[in-house]
Amino acid sequence: MSYERTKIADLIDGTIDPETLHKMLSTPKDEEWFETYLEILQERVPWEDRIILPLGPRLYIVQEQGTHRWVIKSQAGHVFCDYRENWKLHAVIYVRESQEQLNEIYPELMAPSSGWQTIREYYCPLSGDLLDVEAPTAWYPVIHDFEPDIETFYRDWLGLEVPERAAG
Amino acid sequence: MSYERDELHSSSGASAVGIVRGGETLKQHRDRVLAMTRSSGHYAGLDALTFRDEEPIRYNKLFSRLRAGVVDARETAKKIAASPIVEQEGELCFTLYNAAGDAIVTSTGIIIHVGTMGAAIKYMIENDWESNPGVNDKDIFCNNDSLIGNVHPCDIHTIVPIFWEGKLVGWVGGVTHVIDTGSVGPGSMSTGQVQRFGDGYSITCRKIGANDTLFRDWLHESQRMVRTTRYWMLDERTRVAGCHMIRDMVEELIRDEGIESYWKFCYEAVEHSKRGLHARIKAMTIPGKYRQVGFVDVPYKHEDVRVPSDFAKVDTIMHTPSEIEIRGDGTWRLDFDGATRWGWHTYNAHQVSFTSGIWVMMTQSLIPSEMINDGAAYGTEFRLPKGTWMNPDDRRVAFSYAWHFLVSSWTALWRGLSRSYFGRGYLEEVNAGNANTSNWLQGGGFNQYDEIHAVNSFECAANGVGASAFGDGISHAAAIWNPEGDMGDMEIWELAEPLIYLGRQIKASSGGSGKYRGGSGWESLRMVWNAKDWTMFFMGNGHISSDWGLMGGFPAASGYRFCAHDTGLEALIEAGEPIPLGGDVDPGDRAYEKLIPEARVKRDKQAITTEEMYKDYDLYLNTMKGGPGFGDPLDRDPLMVASDIEEGHILPRFAEKIYGVVVSEEADGHRVDAEATQVCRQKMREERLARAIPTSEWMKEERERILNKDATTQVQQMFASSFQLSQRFLDEFRAFWELPESWELREEELGIPHYGSHYHMDLSELPDVRTVTLVDEE
Repeated sequence: MSYERTKIADLIDGTIDPETLHKMLSTPKDEEWFETYLEILQERVPWEDRIILPLGPRLYIVQEQGTHRWVIKSQAGHVFCDYRENWKLHAVIYVRESQEQLNEIYPELMAPSSGWQTIREYYCPLSGDLLDVEAPTAWYPVIHDFEPDIETFYRDWLGLEVPERAAG
Repeated sequence: MSYERDELHSSSGASAVGIVRGGETLKQHRDRVLAMTRSSGHYAGLDALTFRDEEPIRYNKLFSRLRAGVVDARETAKKIAASPIVEQEGELCFTLYNAAGDAIVTSTGIIIHVGTMGAAIKYMIENDWESNPGVNDKDIFCNNDSLIGNVHPCDIHTIVPIFWEGKLVGWVGGVTHVIDTGSVGPGSMSTGQVQRFGDGYSITCRKIGANDTLFRDWLHESQRMVRTTRYWMLDERTRVAGCHMIRDMVEELIRDEGIESYWKFCYEAVEHSKRGLHARIKAMTIPGKYRQVGFVDVPYKHEDVRVPSDFAKVDTIMHTPSEIEIRGDGTWRLDFDGATRWGWHTYNAHQVSFTSGIWVMMTQSLIPSEMINDGAAYGTEFRLPKGTWMNPDDRRVAFSYAWHFLVSSWTALWRGLSRSYFGRGYLEEVNAGNANTSNWLQGGGFNQYDEIHAVNSFECAANGVGASAFGDGISHAAAIWNPEGDMGDMEIWELAEPLIYLGRQIKASSGGSGKYRGGSGWESLRMVWNAKDWTMFFMGNGHISSDWGLMGGFPAASGYRFCAHDTGLEALIEAGEPIPLGGDVDPGDRAYEKLIPEARVKRDKQAITTEEMYKDYDLYLNTMKGGPGFGDPLDRDPLMVASDIEEGHILPRFAEKIYGVVVSEEADGHRVDAEATQVCRQKMREERLARAIPTSEWMKEERERILNKDATTQVQQMFASSFQLSQRFLDEFRAFWELPESWELREEELGIPHYGSHYHMDLSELPDVRTVTLVDEE
């Protein structure tokens, strides 16, 4: 099943019509989808680096223009680290741990309890965009949540040429 | 090894005189299927699916007939049940198995039992039920033993062997969730017991009937082992009827298509499904490693948790880290290294229920196929270390509400898979997580019909769904354990429970905030009416929100309890005065209390309790959870925020506080001030940066706290429990925080009881018991 580019754009924008959405959910996936998806996203970022893999609505693995390093970069343009590292270690963080801090974003009695759970907000240092939220106990290591095998994905699964990657 | 008919159904030895078609014993047959699977890498040695490839139309015809048959049996049989859990909520499922006990097709419903009933059949095979008590045509077996794979004792299995021309060709199993198991407290998922011996009636693959007739001793014994006898007996008739419908259907199919075709299908379907899983992994995901973690609270120190054993009176936290590894060949491994130990509560789980339940999740995104069988299990490697809560090494553990831990662990897996879906652009498949399916309103006593009764409201079969990457999660709609979630009709619950509805509405701000909001939960206010000697209790997550958000989305709200005694409602009603009606819209307002100022009220975060006495006119608030959010809340369309206020999904003050949306209430609704919103959001982003610090700086502070052992006892107990079971988890923890090799944390130093941390005895240590292990547990 192949979809018009505008339908994938609608999906990204959250304006997809229910009929197409149902078709997308209930029929086999379109093999060309990934390339179209990247093209649409590429047009929407304010920088020229090539998007290799989206990690979130405002976070990407990109091939840095010029150096060809694969790095993790925010929509606003902040380069966090090599794509194999945990980008959250290079972000800025705000931790809600007291009951007062937790109650700011939930009705009273509906927030987690202080002493049981914390909420960690990871922001883009340039824009203040909220890129991820963790909600572990105190002491919990920052989770390195995703280590994609991009070469295998591009080459073996999608039959695409692997973008050049500078050693690093 | 090629698929040869005589290899799968002929005798493997001259001495074999077994009951399986071809002459093998059940044990010989299963051993050979497993050996061929191991040696070839294909289920039962099937490196080619000859039936499917050479006669695809007949193959699919068989599948369609079998699948339609099991679904039809479920739909028909559930009408026999009187229990609203079965009849309203659809908490039942029927599955057809091959002679080796591997599932080939299953109905809709609580499909976690694809694995659990199969585990019971495998247990019978491994422990030679064939010779004693014997497995004959028209026998009926019953099982609900959680030590051998069941989720919890209230899921009762009826298992019937299927014979053709005098030989066994398969099994059919039916399961219903019964309303009471005669455990320490009433209700099917009670909290008062801390060991299995208090979990209620436990039946291990017992032969309960022959010649299609239930034994009289079974009927007399079982009906008095539970509180809700009538529901119990009708549930059993539901299961037996469904199994017999399916057996008849299989016999008719064999008559039409021939035993050879049916026999081939029974094995090829499993390999077919296994291959389908790997193909879907390649089509949907991205190879690599995904890590996530789940937590939930066990607040047992509180005075309203009355358990018999001092050593269980501790606050603890369930911890389930997980790593999903997806390999280039489409195979995958799920490793739960670092999970905490089983505990003295009713939330432990068997390895089979833990793994089998994951298929319920996967059928909703990764493998949305009608062909749900054991192929997916054969296609997945699981590592569940022995001694963890999901693979206990002690035969005393209780299971009655295993779901407390299960749902709180699985929700993290959605996040891992969703990173894949998001990366590939399949935004329609992204799901920030499931909701914690609670509160469970349970209790019992004498009901409005003057009978001994127990209640287990399944209203929470309809919680909020996690947000996706294209839109909000669906509100009050789903439960992770039953893809056909349904809150049930109030009128039916009022017939089943001596509790009148004073309100039922969306729970504002229960869904996690985000660019896309988690689906909202909801709440019911119930008034006790016409009950005698009545008790109720609460069961849910309170201190911890188990359902994190994704990619900037926030966790769903956690729970709380509200109940009121000596309310004075009788006098207020007689006088025509206002009474609490509708939802507890903003819990901080304490609106109910303002109308019943003299009442004894419990309103706090203690969301797990044991039986508490209630009488007519007392109140109980049943709150259901929302799903987690997706994306930065400041990216949410302001008009959607205004709509959230209008529809009661969020409290008005959070429009600005969380979403940065400036709204004003006009005569015709809430209006967004676009310009002010833009300014507000920019200011909020600046405030974020002003209060944030580099993660590396924060880590230095946190490291100091760890070195000083500065954390609550429950947090330290959680880490100590995980460290004891996993050197790897401890090593990784030390490495992350750059702690010295000498740093350690043991439960012994925390000053709280830790029974079970050193001494334990597994079921497999009992005489003449062969347990079935289906996962890597080293």
